[in-house]
Amino acid sequence: MDEIMNLLRELGELELEKVDLSVEELRLLFRPLMSFLPPQVPKAVAPVPAKPSSLLEAEFSPFVQEYPGTIAEVTLGATRADGGTRGRVVKIGGETAPPWHFLEGKFPNPPAIAGDVFDMPVPLPGPVRAVLGDAIEDPIKWAKLAVEKFGADLIDIELVSSDPYSKNTPIEESCKLVENLLQAVEVPLIVGGSGNPEKDAKLLPKIAEVCEGERVLLSSANLDMWEPVAKAAKQYGHVVLAWTSIDMAQAKELNRRLYEYIPKEQIVIDPTSAPLGYGVEYAFSIMERIRLAGLMGDAELQCPMGSATANAWGAREAWLHNPEMGAREYRGPMWETAMALTMLMAGNDLYITLHPAAIRTMKDVIRWLMGEGGEPTFFPWIGVK
Amino acid sequence: MSAKKKIGPLDIYALLPKTNCGKCEPGVCMAFAARLAEHTISLEECPPLWEKGQEANLKKLQEMLKPPVKEVKIGEVKVGGQLVVRRHEYRYFNPVPLAVTLDDTLPEVDLLKRIKKVEEYGYSYIGKTLKLDMLAPRYVSGDPSKFEATVKKASLSKLPLVLWCTDPGVMEKAVALVKERRPLLYAATRENWKEMAELALKYGCPLALYSPHDLKGLKSLAKTMLAYGVQDLLLDPGVGFGEELRETINCFTVLRNTAIRGGDEEVGFPLVASTARVWEDGGRKPEELAWEETALATLLMVRYADLIILRSEEVWSWLPLIILRENIYTDPRKPVSVEAGMRAIGQVNENSPVMVTSNFALTYFTVASDIENSKVPSYLIVVDTGGLSVESSIAGRKMTAQTIADAIKASGVKDKVKHRKVILPGMAARYKGELEELLGFEWEVLVGPRDSSGIPKFLADHWK
Ligand code: B12
Ligand code: SF4
Repeated sequence: MDEIMNLLRELGELELEKVDLSVEELRLLFRPLMSFLPPQVPKAVAPVPAKPSSLLEAEFSPFVQEYPGTIAEVTLGATRADGGTRGRVVKIGGETAPPWHFLEGKFPNPPAIAGDVFDMPVPLPGPVRAVLGDAIEDPIKWAKLAVEKFGADLIDIELVSSDPYSKNTPIEESCKLVENLLQAVEVPLIVGGSGNPEKDAKLLPKIAEVCEGERVLLSSANLDMWEPVAKAAKQYGHVVLAWTSIDMAQAKELNRRLYEYIPKEQIVIDPTSAPLGYGVEYAFSIMERIRLAGLMGDAELQCPMGSATANAWGAREAWLHNPEMGAREYRGPMWETAMALTMLMAGNDLYITLHPAAIRTMKDVIRWLMGEGGEPTFFPWIGVK
Repeated sequence: MSAKKKIGPLDIYALLPKTNCGKCEPGVCMAFAARLAEHTISLEECPPLWEKGQEANLKKLQEMLKPPVKEVKIGEVKVGGQLVVRRHEYRYFNPVPLAVTLDDTLPEVDLLKRIKKVEEYGYSYIGKTLKLDMLAPRYVSGDPSKFEATVKKASLSKLPLVLWCTDPGVMEKAVALVKERRPLLYAATRENWKEMAELALKYGCPLALYSPHDLKGLKSLAKTMLAYGVQDLLLDPGVGFGEELRETINCFTVLRNTAIRGGDEEVGFPLVASTARVWEDGGRKPEELAWEETALATLLMVRYADLIILRSEEVWSWLPLIILRENIYTDPRKPVSVEAGMRAIGQVNENSPVMVTSNFALTYFTVASDIENSKVPSYLIVVDTGGLSVESSIAGRKMTAQTIADAIKASGVKDKVKHRKVILPGMAARYKGELEELLGFEWEVLVGPRDSSGIPKFLADHWK
């Protein structure tokens, strides 16, 4: 079409504003004209446009869209004034536009970073063991380290030892640990169950009871086991992590059921986070879709989202000892950081992380995105032996 | 600026052959037009359109359907060509090339080492070797002869070139050396634009425009270039980490949305993220800067960069980027899969182990390489799971005792080995009993480790 355009321009028929022509108009213009041209007319030489001699100033009007929906604001933790004992609370959500579309809406709350803590020593990759030292043996010590040294906004205590196929730790003992943690750190808590649906149906309601008023995040409800968790959250005033596997229809379905008990202000959606290199693109796209759907008005998806970013360590590229892949002291934490940053651009609000370099980098990046400035703080933690 | 008119199926239909010949996948012209309008099928798939007599219509259709972010070639590598803002809306095209800078202050030995390192770097991932893509000689010495020498050295490599220099006089000497390689001229600014435009025209090279955190200025440059006759443009809105990050993310976001959803053709060009610039914030440790650069490149890789220029030479910083790129640029509609059936890994014989896995590409290549690491030649029966991983396909009932049994029978492995033992992935443990039954108790089913990295040890312990 370029030659045609040049021909037309030479004939003075048409301004080169092709964007304003519909196909109909083009057809009207071209057909009759083409038929006038004898078939063997030598190809016209394009006229050299007059070169501008000074910079042509353009107006730039950014594309801006308004979104009818707002993401719910979810508060985790409660201070004494609100019936809990936390020194501070964490608020997430409240967005009115897609992630970091600053011109299109508001991002009232910075995404929050939780430190992952296990209730018994679990196999952890070398670079993580190196920074935790003997804290791996002691969840209280580990949690303090994550808050005081790493800068975590919350603590996620994973009660994996309560799994009947693991140590089958009695429920009272798990509750005791959570109560001790509430004493030891002043940040809000996420409490992860055993992973066993039957056990969790009993364990999580009990946790909810002993933590009454603390507004913990109960992790998690899923399509196989949601009612006991939803009921307990309603009764004792907690928040529920609604976990499904990379499927928007399932995320909607689960929320629909949870809404019968609790409002969206008490739900965080976890659509599953696949590691970088092991399906991160699925996690990225499902989050983008969920956030857009919520903003477009789908009330079943208007909750903040959470991601178990520590999953990044599941990719062998994060932990393998292999000089060809570069020093794992850097590679491992960068794997976790890169996965978290990817989720950050997809709209994720809450991160469960292991390595301090990932926690610090995320906190720095988030602070800068929120327009708060400040110096980087991750340096002391990268590459620590 | 008027927004681009939305092209509807009817506009497209009018230009198709309208014969409903059935040679395309949708089979009728109207359905084909609808698919074209949503960019889920390409013009190549309507053979009659490429026959004699259709040239005019084809040209009009090509013009109508051209991507809102132009596709530009640097050397033989295509960049940009994006149709959508978000990958789930269709897919991203032209995986973002990663260029690595070559400062002209580098001593020759270091320069050559760096070139070699970039060229030879590769990581094997799902049957592909992921690599870096371009070299970017960079003028920092203030000595034009040094830049020329660096470009000459870089041109010994076959990799496409980005010439990083804002002095048009110095640039001209360099580009003259490598003009047939169609290097990217990086970059034209408010100060040097006219001379750079002349160079781009004279040597027929693509040109990047640079106006940091100034979208009006960037668009003004683009508008001027288009009027000047320079068509193959890239836009660099500038990058910054730290406090400037917010504005960096804003610029990339706004530019891409304005080009695609706002239909502003003057910003409809591929975006350059020159993360190497974080290194200009000197006085800090190289590993800190490499860390920052990798974080910034990660953010911009998922936030619309079409070309990234890196400075870090750390392998640990390259690896997450080449893998993230591979992941984000896959077609979200098709799981990356391999053909089902039986493979022989290594020099198999009648005593070789027989194992089962899924036909998800990531799974297959992971397992195959773990088997290679075991140094035990083996048969691998690849079950058709519709391209899902073992774990997902078990959860989704695509891999069942029945589908595994069928795959084992169809493979003919019975005639290849003397023994009757088959090893399942650990995740498929629950199928052991049912599978033995379905195979008429002729085979003993062993349950392997959950992660295939345990295969070498498993074989050492359990295979005779
Ligand atoms: C990406 C993903 C998806 C993608 C699929 C991508 C794909 N092409 O497979 C999508 C979104 C489509 C998907 C769908 C589903 N998924 Co899914 N998915 C994942 C995810 C995040 C990563 C999977 C992956 O790529 N793994 C990497 C590959 C290499 O693993 P693999 O194939 O299992 O291979 C390993 C081992 O099995 C073993 N191995 C493999 N072969 C062999 C052979 C031998 C001989 C041996 C010894 C070992 C061995 O070694 C390999 C390397 O470690 C995982 C969560 C996770 N693990 O992080 C969930 C996960 C697997 N999915 C899950 C579920 C439930 C589903 C769905 C049923 C949910 C739904 N939405 O309906 C569907 C089922 C699909 C269907 N409709 O049939 C669950 C499974 C839970 C369970 N164990 O029962 C998981 C674990 C998530 C979770 N925690 O809930 N999923
Ligand atoms: S191949 Fe072309 S002509 Fe034939 S039905 Fe499809 S669109 Fe119509």
